[in-house]
Order: sequence, then C-alpha cells, then structure tokens
Amino acid sequence: MVEFLFIVFAVVAVGSAAGVVLARSPVGSLLFMVASLASVAALYVLLEAHFLAAIQVMVYAGAIMVLFLFVIMLLNLGHDYRRDLRLTLTALPLFALTGGIAALLILRFRGAEQAPIYRFFGGGDAIDAALAEQGAVGAIAHPLFTDYLVPFEITGILLLVAIVGAMALAKRHVDDPVPAPAPPAEPLAALDASAEEG
Amino acid sequence: MDLQPISGVPALIAQSAKVVAVFSVVMLVVAYTTLAERRVSAFIQDRLGPNRVGPFGLLQPIADGIKNIFKEETFPATASRFFFALGPMLTIMPAVVTIAVIPFAAPLPTPWGVVDMIVADVPIGILYILALSSVGVYGVVLGGWASNNKYAFLGGLRASAQMVSYEVALGLSLIAVLMLGGNVTLTEIVRQQQAMGLWFALPLSLAFILFVIAAFAETNRLPFDMPEAESELITGYHTEYSAMKFSMFMIGEYAHMLTASALMATLFFGGWDLPGSWDDAFWYQGQLIRGFDAAGVPIAAAPAVWKTLLTLGAFAFKTGFFLLLYIWIRWTLPRFRYDQVMQLGWKVMLPTALAYIVVVAGTVLVLDLVGVPYGFAFGLVLTLVSALCTGAFLFALDRGRIITGAAAVGEQKLLAARRRGGLELAPGSAAGAEIASAAVVDAGD
Repeated sequence: MVEFLFIVFAVVAVGSAAGVVLARSPVGSLLFMVASLASVAALYVLLEAHFLAAIQVMVYAGAIMVLFLFVIMLLNLGHDYRRDLRLTLTALPLFALTGGIAALLILRFRGAEQAPIYRFFGGGDAIDAALAEQGAVGAIAHPLFTDYLVPFEITGILLLVAIVGAMALAKRHVDDPVPAPAPPAEPLAALDASAEEG
Repeated sequence: MDLQPISGVPALIAQSAKVVAVFSVVMLVVAYTTLAERRVSAFIQDRLGPNRVGPFGLLQPIADGIKNIFKEETFPATASRFFFALGPMLTIMPAVVTIAVIPFAAPLPTPWGVVDMIVADVPIGILYILALSSVGVYGVVLGGWASNNKYAFLGGLRASAQMVSYEVALGLSLIAVLMLGGNVTLTEIVRQQQAMGLWFALPLSLAFILFVIAAFAETNRLPFDMPEAESELITGYHTEYSAMKFSMFMIGEYAHMLTASALMATLFFGGWDLPGSWDDAFWYQGQLIRGFDAAGVPIAAAPAVWKTLLTLGAFAFKTGFFLLLYIWIRWTLPRFRYDQVMQLGWKVMLPTALAYIVVVAGTVLVLDLVGVPYGFAFGLVLTLVSALCTGAFLFALDRGRIITGAAAVGEQKLLAARRRGGLELAPGSAAGAEIASAAVVDAGD
C-alpha cells in the first residue's frame, strides 16, 4: 500500500514539476508547482514526517505560492502563450551538472542510517519512541534547539537579512521626504469655532 | 466489556461509519446553517424569512438544492474554462475535509472495543487544519481571476491579501494554546483543558479574542467580507458563477464557518468536555484512563454510551453557539473599509499576538519556577494575567486611535492642525459655520 502510494505521489510530483516549465500560461505553471509541492508533502507523510508535510503545505503551497499568484495576476501575465522552453547547447551541461549533484546526494544518503535525524536519535525505533513521547512537533524541536541550535539561529539571521533587504528595496522610492501638505486653514478653523460654540 | 482500542475488521467498519456519518452531518449542518442565516437575519430585521417550504421553512435548503441543480450553468465567454471550473472545487474540498481532525465526543464503548470519536487523530492535528485552510484561498483567487471580470478579479485579489494577512494572526494566536496544550493534536488540547479544570477561554482570553477575529477574517464573513463586498464589487469573486458552482462556493463558505466554530469550541471551550472529570477519558500507555490520583496512579475511565451522547450534545451546543455568533455578527456590524482591514491585521493583531505570546510564556515560566503544578491554581493565575492583557487590548481598541472611521480621521486632522498652532479662530463668522457644517457632513460619510 505504502509503495503504491509512493509511486502515485512520486509520479505526480515529477510530472507536475515538468508541467511547471511546460505549461503555456503562468497561472498553469503556478498550479503545477502547487501540485508538485503538495505531492512532495504527501511523500513526507509516507516517511512519517508529518510536521514537515504540514509546514510544506502551509508555508510553500499556502503562503508563498499565493503571493506568486497574487503577483502574476496583478501584473496580468496570464495571456502570454509563447512557449518558453528551448533546449540550447548551454542547457545540456547545466542539466548534466544538476543531475550529477542529485546522483551524488542519492549515493551519499542512500540508507536511512545516514540521515542526520536518524543519527541524533539513534535508530528507527528510537525515532518512533520520541514521536510517541514528544509528539510530531517536539521530535523536531528537540534536536533543533539542542544539537542544531547554531545552524538554526544562523538561518534565522539569514531570513532577517532577507527581510531587511526586501524592505530596503521596497522603500527606496519612498525615502524622499514628502513635503508636508499645507493645512487647509479656513474650514478647519471654522470647524473648530463651531465646535466650541455648540 | 474490555477497554481496548478497537482493532481489525470492526475498526475498519467503525472508521468507515465515522467518515460517512461526519461527512453527512457536515453537509446537513451546512444546509441548515443557510436556513438559520436567513431566519435569524429575518428575526434581527423584524421580518419572517423563508417559512413556506415545510414546517417553519425547514425544507427550504432542499428546495434550494434542487433549484440550483436544475439551473442553467453559465460560462462567461471570455473566462478560461478550466480554471473557472477548478475554482469552486478548490474551495469546497479543504473546507469539507478539515473537520476530520476535530474530536467530537467522548470515546464510545462497543462490544468490539473502544471507538475514539474522531475521524482521523493525525499527529499534526491543528497544523493539518492550518495547512488545508491556507490552500482554501486558491479557489477564491482562481475563481475571481478566471471569470475575466473586473469585479470578480478585485474580489479575488482582496481575498488573497486578506487571507494571507490574517493567517499570520491566526497562527500566532494559537501559539499560546499550544504552549499550554503541549501538543498540536486536538485530542491532547481537550485533554489538557480537562486536566486544568478550566477551559482555555479563561486562562487565554486574549488569544481567544484574537482567534475569533482572525477566524472571521479567514472565513470572509462580515465584518471582513471584503472579497464579496456587495456594495462595491457586486458579489466579488463569485459574480460570474451560477447554479451548482455558485452553490459550491456557498457550501465551502458555510463548511469553513462550521470548522472554525468547531475549532473555537475545541481549542477554547473544552471541545466535548463537560464540567467535572466524570466524562474524561484518554489513552495512557494503552489504557483508557480518567486521570491520575494523588500518588500518580492512573484511574481507569468508565466510558458509557450515554456519556458519549451527552458529550456529543455538549460539542454540538458549543459549535452551534459559535455558528449563531457568526450569523449574529453578520447582521449586526457594518463592513470595514479595506485599509482598516489591513491596519487591523498587520498593525494591531500581529503585534498584540506576539506580545501576548511573550506574556503567556513568561507567566508559565514563572509559575514553573515557583513550582505551581499544572492545574486549577495554575489556570487561575493565567486567567488573571490574561484578563489584564485583554482589558488593555480592548481599552486601546476602544479609544478609536487604532482603527479609525472617516469622522475620526477628520477629527485627528483638526487636532493636528490645532497642535501646530497657526489657526486663527473666526468665531461667529457665518461663512465659516457653513463650511464647518459641510465638513462635518463630509466627515460623517
């Protein structure tokens, strides 16, 4: 059953990832991407990584992709049907390079034993025990706030830098001091007067 | 009768029965909430409402359903057909399946074992609900975009901005609950409220208020129904929809309301819990127990069919109350302006929720250091602290400085001008009074 589900979701994930680049309209691309992210979340569930699956859907499919959709619609990119996928000679070595990295990663982390979380708890049964004892969130939070605290904090600082950078970019044109509008003295003074009268 | 969890073939049958029963009940409640909305709105506006189909109009939802099935499906000529059809489907799906992780009664004893009254007790509980409800916005946005109609499109854009904004406040208001619950599964949150002897609405009153506001915004209900503001956008994202597709948007909206109401009941009002510990039952190391005695020895629970029915009634009552609250508020409050919605979300709810998390975490830390055990006294201290926070929050909101109407904006301009000095008063001048009254009328709009 699990293997059958794995094949289904893996096929959907890869197929919709191909759909992202093959789709003719940007909104179609985006929905393919959502489908791909959701299938990867389903694969996480099959790996018993429930927390990761929920966060994947919540953050990527639910928040970031909605912002993408927002931008695509705001800029009205939906009516461009030119096909953008062109296989050029420079693309081939890049494809080989990324494929090579993927193969390397697969070879390196072939067994579950090499996964960092596996080493932290020391075995599959221990992971199950930690899940039962601490819950789906606790089992993630515990290593994150003990052994992996420094990488975790560095990631946080990285995100903060990104936020500050985004603010700086967005505010660039707003920086010039806006001349304060002259107060429309007459009506306001009169309003003041009438307020004091009655 | 043994107190083992149900297993094997009976478990499969029980699971299927629960799925079918919960789905049917959700659909039924959704149908009758539409009727309740019309009847309650009629009551509030001193009308009668639909009362012709069946006794008290009780068959009205069925008549509506039949009507909508037989109505003509219109496709706007310039709409993109695929996305136009996809919109309503994406709305209805997450709204209907989210209710699966909410426990709705005490465990039911059967001759084959004990059945938990929850469709799927997944380990991520509340995160599952948040994840699915964040996907729900696609239906609204796609429907609005695919209609190729400017009003529908504006509704869709508003929906995406509003739902993304309030999701943040919704999630942050839940963190206080999760800190007390210690787990994200809803069964465990109900369990912790039983253990405290207080429902979280009291110890976490500010979180409750923030959650209710954010949930109203997430379900696009008044006073947050900007995406379908009738006076500005016809009906927003579903302007071009008709027949069953329109119904699907409506079913999605009401199912979303039902889930939100059930969540308010579960997170803040003890779920299916009734006062006292006689109905408590939870799994502890493979045994169904009611709690622990002073020495920490588990006390076996005594599940009974009547207890299950009674707690089911309690859950239905609490959920029903919040559904009524939704309708009540819709027909009481006017709609916010769009900038007010965004101000409230980002400038009020978000900082308040963050500050409240710090306050609750600090209080819990101090109580732990002092050595107060988790229980009633623990809850009372938190109640006191939260009451102070809630009072301060409501006081600040009530000053009219944060969310301001048009009249208050005019008043502030006046005050600012006066503060700058340079205003020469012209008392008694007739022309001035005329302009002033015009200004008052303008500001009053």
